Amino acid sequence: MDELLKILEDMHPDVDFRQCDNLIKDKVLDSFDIVTLLAEIDGEFGVTIPVEEITPDNFDSAQALYALITRLSDDL
Amino acid sequence: MQFNVMEYLEHTVRRVPDKLAYANDEFGLTFEEVYGQSRAIGTFLNRHNLHKQPIVVFMNRSPKAIAAYYGVIYSGNFYVPLDDEMPRSRIETIVRKVNPGAIICDESTKETVDAIDFQGNVHLFDDLIQCPVDDEALIRVRLSALDTDPLYVVFTSGSTGVPKGVIANHRSVIDYIENLSDVLAFGEDTIFGNQTPLYLDACFKELFPTLKFGATTYIIPKSLFMFPLKLVEFLNEYRINTVCWVVSALTMISSFKVLDKLVPQFLHTVAFGSEVFPVKQFNLWRSALPGAKFVNLYGPTEATGMSCYYKVEREFEEHEILPIGKPFRNTEILLLGSDDREAAPGEVGEICIRGTCLTLGYYEDFAKTNEVFVQNPLNSLYPDLIYRTGDLGKYNEHGELMFVSRKDYQIKHMGYRIELGEIEANVTRLEGIKSACCVYDKTTEKIVLFFVGETDARSIVKELKQLLPKYMIPNRIEPLDAMPLTTNGKIDRVYLKEASSKKGR
Repeated sequence: MDELLKILEDMHPDVDFRQCDNLIKDKVLDSFDIVTLLAEIDGEFGVTIPVEEITPDNFDSAQALYALITRLSDDL
Repeated sequence: MQFNVMEYLEHTVRRVPDKLAYANDEFGLTFEEVYGQSRAIGTFLNRHNLHKQPIVVFMNRSPKAIAAYYGVIYSGNFYVPLDDEMPRSRIETIVRKVNPGAIICDESTKETVDAIDFQGNVHLFDDLIQCPVDDEALIRVRLSALDTDPLYVVFTSGSTGVPKGVIANHRSVIDYIENLSDVLAFGEDTIFGNQTPLYLDACFKELFPTLKFGATTYIIPKSLFMFPLKLVEFLNEYRINTVCWVVSALTMISSFKVLDKLVPQFLHTVAFGSEVFPVKQFNLWRSALPGAKFVNLYGPTEATGMSCYYKVEREFEEHEILPIGKPFRNTEILLLGSDDREAAPGEVGEICIRGTCLTLGYYEDFAKTNEVFVQNPLNSLYPDLIYRTGDLGKYNEHGELMFVSRKDYQIKHMGYRIELGEIEANVTRLEGIKSACCVYDKTTEKIVLFFVGETDARSIVKELKQLLPKYMIPNRIEPLDAMPLTTNGKIDRVYLKEASSKKGR
């Protein structure tokens, strides 16, 4: 989780990602961030997020995103 | 002969009044509704004795905003589009700069408008459209108008830290729409999927041809551009057959291999521009839609929209670059090399544009206008204006124009035109900053900010978000003990650029 928070904080140093759970609705993340995130997650966790999983729900909070990464790495 | 862009609407509303003109995922307006609402707004503004003045339209990206633009045009004024994506300080800067005769807003933007320093009249769109239409007044406005009168001012990034307003007239917009429509073969059956914001000229590719042909434009919600599969589902749900998007919106779909799972099945015309389309991604699109037409477009806001096009017909290898091709009809491209002579074949020169497509220049800035809208140096006999784009180009062996690079620090990032100088100017305003330099790392497509000072990345980003649109916020911020300087004492941008790309990998 800490690695993921670090990635997110590097992108938006002004946001508290432990608290925020409306990243999409509140327009914290934009399409550029999503692209960056996918590449960083691939690099850090070795997890490629398939396009079916690129949904608003999975990216709305750091927790949701971390849950997705955990689920996908268990499938490996 | 056509003198006013609203003549497109007047012809179409007679033919297909009940057809859907503009819609988003929530609601839509027919041509009859667009016609009625824009003429109501036109009447209202005319009754308030506003004439040839800037009118700010600050509304959500929705069909209503489009009707408001047309309302301003009907009144004989010109519109200045703003959007709630812009940070408040930028909105204030623009409002202060144009000092509009009125502001038109909606429920969602009213709060912001009330909070800014503006003494003039503020009107809600929903109130204005209640105004009974005064046909005679609108006819009087139209008969006294010239096709050289302005219809909008759109603001682009400016290197001094203040955005520049490009002001265009009816003549140049009509010229653009006619020639663009010819090249892309728009028609009544065209269903556009709009991606670009409404406060830039990019959306004209959809807005005005929709009027001309009685076509339909769907405004695609911005959030869908984060979720590529949902985006393609949207295209299919609304049977969208034509898109004019920035390249990054298209590559987002192809790079996630969405095209292997779901193809935008109605899409037959794909126009793109504002950035270089990586051929690897382009070829994914082409093989997914073998029957579709792909057109690369190039042009600056100062020449109304797009000036050049290239219809992709031959095969391209991954190491090749798509040409920008040739100018639209009634537009000429001059390539000026050193000493303002025409560049020799194969030589790199500055892309300069001649023709009716030239806008009037920058609003309330004759100095800047006269720097780049200049007498054609190849003609010493009579007035002959060209626009110097600051872009460098050359012709390839097929005689097609190729974009090479920018002359200055302007970049294209996510399809937006950005002056790195504008970011720097805003950073240096911040407390604790001694000096700052921005570079663009092309390989990772990131804006990298270097700074010297007593602050940190967190507070820089926090404060910049109050000053700049989100797409201008640096993606990486690096503190330095001292700025590297060239022997002339200027910031060594080349060194920083190399440093940024080494670190980025």
